[in-house]
Amino acid sequence: MSDVTTPAVELRGVTKRYGDVTALRTIDLAIDRGTLVTLLGPSGCGKTTMLRLIAGLERPDDGRILIGGRDVTLAAASERNIGMVFQSYALFPHMTVLENVCYGLRAGGMKKAEAIAAATDKIALVGLAGYESRLPSELSGGQQQRVAVARAIVLEPEVLLFDEPLSNLDAKLRRHVREEIRELQQSLSLTAVYVTHDQQEALAISDRILVMNMAAVAQDGSPRALYEQPESRFVADFIGDANIVPIEVRRIDGPLAEIDLAGLVLTLPHHGATVGAAELAIRPQSVGLAPGAGAPGTLPGRLATAAYLGSHMEYRVRITPEIELFVVSPDVAAPLKPGCDVAVSVAADGVAIIPGR
Amino acid sequence: MDGFPRSAKIWLVVAWAALIALPWYGLGGIPRGVPAWPAVVQASAGARGWLIPLILALIPATVAVFGRARPRLLVAAAATAILWTVIEGFAIVHNGWGVAALGPWFADPAPTQPALGWGALVFLVAMLMLIANGLARQGVCRGDVFVTGAILLVVALIALFVIYPALCIFVSAVKDNDGGFAPELFGAKLFGRPIWGIDCLVGGGACGTAWNTVVVATVVGVVTTLLGLAFALLALRTRVPMKPLIGLLSVLPIITPPFVIGLALILLFGRSGAVTIWVADLFHVPRTRWIYGVTGITVAQVLAFTPISFLVMIGVLQGVAPSLEEAAETLRAGRWRTFRTITWPLIRPGLANAFLIAFIESMADFANPLMIGGNFTVLSTDIFFAVVGTTHDQGRAAVLAIVLLTFTLTAFQAQRAWVGRRGYATMGGKGAAGRATELPGGLKALCYGLALPYLALTVAVYGTIMVGGFVESIGRDNTPTLRHLITAFSIEKGIGGWFLSGSAWNSLVTTFEVALIAMPFTAAIGIVVAWLLDRQRFAGRQAFEFLAMMSFAIPGTVIGVSYILAFNVPPLALTGTGTIIAIAFAFRNMPVGIRAGIANLAQIDRSLDEASLTLGARSLRTLVLVLLPLMRPAVTTALVYSFVRAVTAVSAVIFLVTGEYQLATVYIVGRADVGDYGVAIVYSAMLIVLMLLILLIIRLGVGLNRPGARPVRGTASLTPATMVQP
Ligand SMILES: Nc1ncnc2c1ncn2[C@@H]1O[C@H](COP(=O)(O)OP(=O)(O)O)[C@@H](O)[C@H]1O
Ligand SMILES: [Mg+2]
Repeated sequence: MSDVTTPAVELRGVTKRYGDVTALRTIDLAIDRGTLVTLLGPSGCGKTTMLRLIAGLERPDDGRILIGGRDVTLAAASERNIGMVFQSYALFPHMTVLENVCYGLRAGGMKKAEAIAAATDKIALVGLAGYESRLPSELSGGQQQRVAVARAIVLEPEVLLFDEPLSNLDAKLRRHVREEIRELQQSLSLTAVYVTHDQQEALAISDRILVMNMAAVAQDGSPRALYEQPESRFVADFIGDANIVPIEVRRIDGPLAEIDLAGLVLTLPHHGATVGAAELAIRPQSVGLAPGAGAPGTLPGRLATAAYLGSHMEYRVRITPEIELFVVSPDVAAPLKPGCDVAVSVAADGVAIIPGR
Repeated sequence: MDGFPRSAKIWLVVAWAALIALPWYGLGGIPRGVPAWPAVVQASAGARGWLIPLILALIPATVAVFGRARPRLLVAAAATAILWTVIEGFAIVHNGWGVAALGPWFADPAPTQPALGWGALVFLVAMLMLIANGLARQGVCRGDVFVTGAILLVVALIALFVIYPALCIFVSAVKDNDGGFAPELFGAKLFGRPIWGIDCLVGGGACGTAWNTVVVATVVGVVTTLLGLAFALLALRTRVPMKPLIGLLSVLPIITPPFVIGLALILLFGRSGAVTIWVADLFHVPRTRWIYGVTGITVAQVLAFTPISFLVMIGVLQGVAPSLEEAAETLRAGRWRTFRTITWPLIRPGLANAFLIAFIESMADFANPLMIGGNFTVLSTDIFFAVVGTTHDQGRAAVLAIVLLTFTLTAFQAQRAWVGRRGYATMGGKGAAGRATELPGGLKALCYGLALPYLALTVAVYGTIMVGGFVESIGRDNTPTLRHLITAFSIEKGIGGWFLSGSAWNSLVTTFEVALIAMPFTAAIGIVVAWLLDRQRFAGRQAFEFLAMMSFAIPGTVIGVSYILAFNVPPLALTGTGTIIAIAFAFRNMPVGIRAGIANLAQIDRSLDEASLTLGARSLRTLVLVLLPLMRPAVTTALVYSFVRAVTAVSAVIFLVTGEYQLATVYIVGRADVGDYGVAIVYSAMLIVLMLLILLIIRLGVGLNRPGARPVRGTASLTPATMVQP
């Protein structure tokens, strides 16, 4: 074991190609101990590949991988100190819950009695005490998932890898299980890398999120930073369905910029933007709509569509021929009618400048 | 990460033990005057100095393993040892120099050594495993010693028992009968009239054997494919209940010894056959020998191979989702149009596949042409007669074998390329549900028109075999009798108690013994190869696959001849032993295990292996603890089918049997050859019934769960179709 400041996992310039397809392009990354880092991105962006590289199930074409400060680039999966929870759980169908959880301990040479004790302990930890002698086929999806987690954490790995662990659960169970995973990770101070394509899930459980796009990291930061200060159109759109609209940066003044959005003037943090054309990400929840038109500090618009979704309303508002905003409003009591004129206001905490175009 | 793993040290100790403690010579019997000493003693006391380099090579290997790990040195030392064993093994043989050119360079008398023994074999395997250790240490196969070792071992075995014998054929082909180098004879033989002549078209004589073979194979290929298609259409596109028939047709080709159909045809249509006599009496036509020759061969092979085509076509037709046909019908296409525009184009690639498989089977068939061919020769029988006939021309046998091998390998390659390119198996995709469209009426009638005569003939054939042994002389004298049964299978009480006095027992017991010995090896090598092919990535995987599957396309006759040529003399002399028969079985039936294994592995998700690896288990542990328990169906299939196929094999082993090691099939062929049909039929029927019983027992045993056993998800049974398709 190396000291606490050594990152649990480190990737240095890692590249992975499958034939002509580049699945990962020169990734540099260090993951601190005890944190849960999420890899978030659309399907095919290379998340699973990154996880499998860390696990040792694939070899990088370039770069080095360190786990706990040890260079494991050439080490086999069985020689790395990792644990992995598979999307399909990959429980051994012919072994009981106990045998599944014991498997890694026995492979590592632990005595049978000790292994059983340790495994029983972890099975209880994930809330499956009493299920030791069941076969995986006799468990529900959620229970199978917990066995998979128990099987991975019983080895006390340097890093725990999750590949979309909730995708085989039904929607109701997902929220519950993800909270359990987070709780377990925090109470045992585990280092975890968690792959998902669900931005809500990522925001809910992560200490840090890597948003990935086309084989590269698009942005790396805390959930709040990503949501509030997306650095690219892709990130703004992928996290929280932002409206992306063209703007004109008029003036930079210290940390702030004065911008022109279709005639409306706003002052915002500039995020490195320069004077000239730029884009603005506007969260659907930060747009205010009032019937009528013309109040100062608002934009005139016309309601194109309206949809009632129980907890909230969804609108589309046309401001100019080029600009149409998607708006979420909590006010379901007095919905607006399509076709009416509205005054559109924008709350400053729900918008962010995306520098460059 | 410093020293080598324990396995390297163990293999090194084994290697030393092989040199010091095991007899170096003598697997196939040791000549008088040569003591069964180990290599170390042979080198000193026996004055066989050429063994010294082997001992010397082991010294750097020892340093490389027990000192600071030196993988390159280890590989170099072990590879040198193997190479030197091969070189000295071929250079110095039992009667002097193996390569005549060496003679003048050394003093007389020439040194001699007998064939290799256990010491040499163990030593070579140990060297191979040390190379595996050294290579894995350098990162080959992701550093996995077990995978590297398995690959090396399989390649070495294939090289030894498939490639080397094949090369011996080529060498033999350019020699004259006295062993002299005679390349001009080779050209004359290879392109000569007996093989390529077309006298039957222009001269009025007989055509060359090659043409005979190709024509028969083509006709048989076309007819069986059509018949197979007709049966498949009836089974899957009509409401005729065909389940039991499908089951029966799928086991028949496996349990039927290949000559049985030819034999039955003779008994029915031969000069004194039952049908012949009946027709002759009825219409007063003279009895003829029309069935002997090309007609008989073709009919016998069509009967024998149609079930295989049927299984192939069933697979193809099942790949066409009924929903596609339903979609066509909702688009206002009638039944005929639907068949013509949807079903037919989708199954067309499958037809080519079925044709090529039947084509290969027909070319490789030896027993039917032998039985019923008369004066009409095909390549496989010609090879046999070149070896056992009065001329005893091994060179000619080799040339014929080369021609036959070229044909079958070409067809095999074409078949693989064809299937690989089309991948029709995936065409159906999801949605196999839905009710299949009925065949249009005319087509249905046509299918019946093809299928019913076939069925009638098949019933007649098997009926003849089943009852023919219990009458005096079927056709001529139909008085019931147990005479033949008693001759073949009587058990008597003698002085020392009960004993098997029937004439068939000896060969039956030997057959079962040898097949049982070959069985676990066949299954093991097949399953390991399947695992390597399906689960491991390594350089040369394609070539490896080709090598492994190739033995399926090598006709048994060619294997038989090549084994005689390769293993009759040192360095590896095995002929005359039961071992060589078992080896022939193992390598001939290995593809059965491979196919069963691959089909089974395809049903086991890869994430299970990966989970095992991430839990710290290496490949061997993963294979044994995770995959093998889930591969029970494949293991069972491989075991059973390798056994059954071994029992019913003729062509490869007819060259290898001896008085001591007589086999059932060869014995039957012999009885039929001398006209002792009664015993031949009884014995054939006995084999068929025994094989059927074995298959039934295994099927029931695997189907029923043992009490207390819980159902395991992801284990599906395998269809017989997997077993017959190359
Ligand atoms: N074994 C493979 N062979 C070839 N291409 C692959 C393989 N695995 C992944 N890819 C490709 O690499 C890219 C990234 O895949 P993956 O990491 O699975 O994406 P994600 O998990 O983000 O959906 C994709 O374009 C995918 O097609
Ligand atoms: Mg993925």
